[in-house]
Amino acid sequence: MLQQDAENYFQAKIDQDIKIEPKDWMPEAYRKTNIRQISQHAHSEIVGMLPEGNWITRAPTLKRKAILLAKVQDEAGHGLYLYAAAETLGISRDEMINDLHSGKAKYSSIFNYPTLTWADIGTIGWLVDGAAIINQVMLTRTSYGPYARAMVRICKEESFHQRQGFESLLVLSKGSAAQQAMCQDAINRWWWPALMMFGPKDSESTNSDQSMKWKIKRKTNDELRQQFVDMCAEQVKLLGMTLPDEKLHWNAQRGHYDFGEINWDEFWNVVKGNGPCNTERLAARRKAHEEGQWVREAAMAYAKKRSTAPPGEGLVRA
Amino acid sequence: MAAIQHQINFALSVADTTLILLHRNSECCGHGPVLEQDIAITNIALDLLGQSRNFYQYAAALINDVVKSGGAAALPALSEAFEGEVNEDTLAYLRNERAYKNLLLVEQPNGDWAQTILRQYLFSQYQLFLFEQLQYHEDTGLAAIATKSVKETAYHLRWSSEWVIRLGDGTGESHQRMLNAIGALWRYTGEMFIPADYEREMNINVELLQQQWSKSVKKVFKAATLSVPDWKIAAKMQTGGKQGIHTEQLGYILAVMQYMQRAYPGCEW
Repeated sequence: MLQQDAENYFQAKIDQDIKIEPKDWMPEAYRKTNIRQISQHAHSEIVGMLPEGNWITRAPTLKRKAILLAKVQDEAGHGLYLYAAAETLGISRDEMINDLHSGKAKYSSIFNYPTLTWADIGTIGWLVDGAAIINQVMLTRTSYGPYARAMVRICKEESFHQRQGFESLLVLSKGSAAQQAMCQDAINRWWWPALMMFGPKDSESTNSDQSMKWKIKRKTNDELRQQFVDMCAEQVKLLGMTLPDEKLHWNAQRGHYDFGEINWDEFWNVVKGNGPCNTERLAARRKAHEEGQWVREAAMAYAKKRSTAPPGEGLVRA
Repeated sequence: MAAIQHQINFALSVADTTLILLHRNSECCGHGPVLEQDIAITNIALDLLGQSRNFYQYAAALINDVVKSGGAAALPALSEAFEGEVNEDTLAYLRNERAYKNLLLVEQPNGDWAQTILRQYLFSQYQLFLFEQLQYHEDTGLAAIATKSVKETAYHLRWSSEWVIRLGDGTGESHQRMLNAIGALWRYTGEMFIPADYEREMNINVELLQQQWSKSVKKVFKAATLSVPDWKIAAKMQTGGKQGIHTEQLGYILAVMQYMQRAYPGCEW
């Protein structure tokens, strides 16, 4: 088949909403874009464990500790499915992890912000998981089959996390004056970074057009962001809190909330590595990997010895 | 009344030990040597948290009953610390270092993966035999919790013993690291087998636990090409956890763990 025919056939499948599977022919750029996006998503899950993990040992009740531990563990599981989904495109987990550690691969900038108080944990659940879900619900219909299927499972868990986060803020909002202040402060700090999670404005986004044509993305950054603002502007009322944006108001004509301008200098600065915790997050990941080197070597050496040992000489049961 | 006090102390000792170990394990979350093992150790932390909550809830119910029936004077160490009813959180978050009855072993730092693994193994090997006994205890409340927990503990034991063997019989470096871990932790294993008064009163057969534990540890260490330290150095064994005499580690653990409840007393979360 000629290259052009192959591309036409590929695009025809996409246009008919037929999923692309690992063994199907695909344009090299489609493969690369998916590797970039899926691995970035996987890295976000793994790096995202750090800011939340920061509060596991200090969770205020045993029940909250259990919820948080389970949530962070879910994120690790999501990372695992996503690395596996990316591997179907012909890249190994080691390569992806090396790209993360070298700074070549990105992860969501939101995790470069610090978790300073307990209220940050509920706020991450509400706003950060909330923003992630809007993006991920769209991705359950993405054109690459393994990614879409991973997303279906991940979305179920993420919406559970979002409800838990909101519920935890609801308790704070009904609590003492100090708890209410803690809640509002966390919302103030996380609101704008959460809006930035949808990426640059459509007019500035370099990857959008082709990704829309290939149905890797099915809605633009600005559409998704608007959907998120509309959702949160209503939910925040239930908390009796406010969003830190004086320009936020309902526009009956558009049928949407209008909102203020994002600080794009801050956005690009954090993307470039200058956010409050970029250095710490990468250092923590590198440290875990480097300190795990001897462990992985030992596991391999042991597995090799076992594979050459006579049958029945496996691990003893204690 | 004395019998209830022993029951309460025993339940608290098991709850404290699992809570402190899960605290240590949860410090690894997001920092494990490989993603699958990060998930495994967090999973174990979650199981231990569930066990710990069950034992605290059991102890809290007993304490509340005693207080209600006017017997608070019999619980001096507890009744002074709290106002009103106690629950799992008051017991975990509002008792001080000297009231904690956890084993010294579980409060030791994570160190490297060898130390984290060995601590889990030495404890799980003990906890499995303890829960196997408790399953048949005449106290049906304790027996029910043990029955619920024993499968989880069997998994913790399988996972940690496999790692002990893998690291002991892995590379030269991993073997050496296991030796270092044994050097750091072995001295905290002795107290598991010195019965506290509440264990004796609760008819826990600690001598049997020691026999079973020693036999199993020997077997796993042999498979791991490690040798069991000579019991003649028993004089080096550290004790006191069961009576609330801890290493310096525990104070820091509680300072971190109890921070929110101490800073914002009496709040709902």
